[in-house]
Amino acid sequence: MADFSVTTRESNPVTIVDIKGYLDAHTAPDLEKVFNNCIENNKFQIVVNFKDLIYISSAGLGVFMAYVETMREHKGDIKFAEMNKNVYDIFDLLGFPLLYEFFEDENEAIKKFIG
Amino acid sequence: MKTKSRNRELIVKSSTKNLSKIRNFIISAAKDFNLPEEDSGKIMLSVEEACTNIIKHAYKDNTDGIITIKLNILPKQFEVIIEDNGIHFNPNNIPEPDIEEYHRQKRFGGLGMFLMKKLMDKVTYKTLSNGINTLKMIKILS
Repeated sequence: MADFSVTTRESNPVTIVDIKGYLDAHTAPDLEKVFNNCIENNKFQIVVNFKDLIYISSAGLGVFMAYVETMREHKGDIKFAEMNKNVYDIFDLLGFPLLYEFFEDENEAIKKFIG
Repeated sequence: MKTKSRNRELIVKSSTKNLSKIRNFIISAAKDFNLPEEDSGKIMLSVEEACTNIIKHAYKDNTDGIITIKLNILPKQFEVIIEDNGIHFNPNNIPEPDIEEYHRQKRFGGLGMFLMKKLMDKVTYKTLSNGINTLKMIKILS
């Protein structure tokens, strides 16, 4: 069984990234590939749906830190949606709520981009 | 019924492929002793962060290194001892980061250490005379 999977959906102009399972130092490169692909395709408005993410380590958090500036420089952002409490607690411990937007519902995050 | 051992050991190669095996080792021990989910989650993440640091920094991503994880499960505390014989690296010498500054500078290394110190009650590190690096972490059980 795969520990982690990442897939994307389009809700123009927003790209939704669905992540599932365990995001750690071993699986983080899979997510990096998806973000690189978004940048290559000029997709800078990203909503990450965490509904099925069970676990995250600092290597996973580092991926968001590494890519968010590029998205923001191109008038986009990485917004977080539908995160469970255990995963949110780790983001909170590392100060992410100061600098990133979190949404309970994916549609709210999409709306924030569309305005 | 078989007695559940309070002392356990897992030996793995220094590959990130083994992180899931390491998580399962912690979870299985935590379940055997009915640890609260909150505690077992914190221990699991701290152990994984420590092992990731060993893989990246002590063994520089060389997957032939050996990581030994020993558990000593006492009624009121959960002790983890992690050993490697890679490059000496003292996590306690790293100052606690200002998180906002961290985000501004895009310095995303060192977060694992920060988490370990936040999530565990005691983190100590020493290098033995035989060159083995020993990291000991203690979680007081709630």
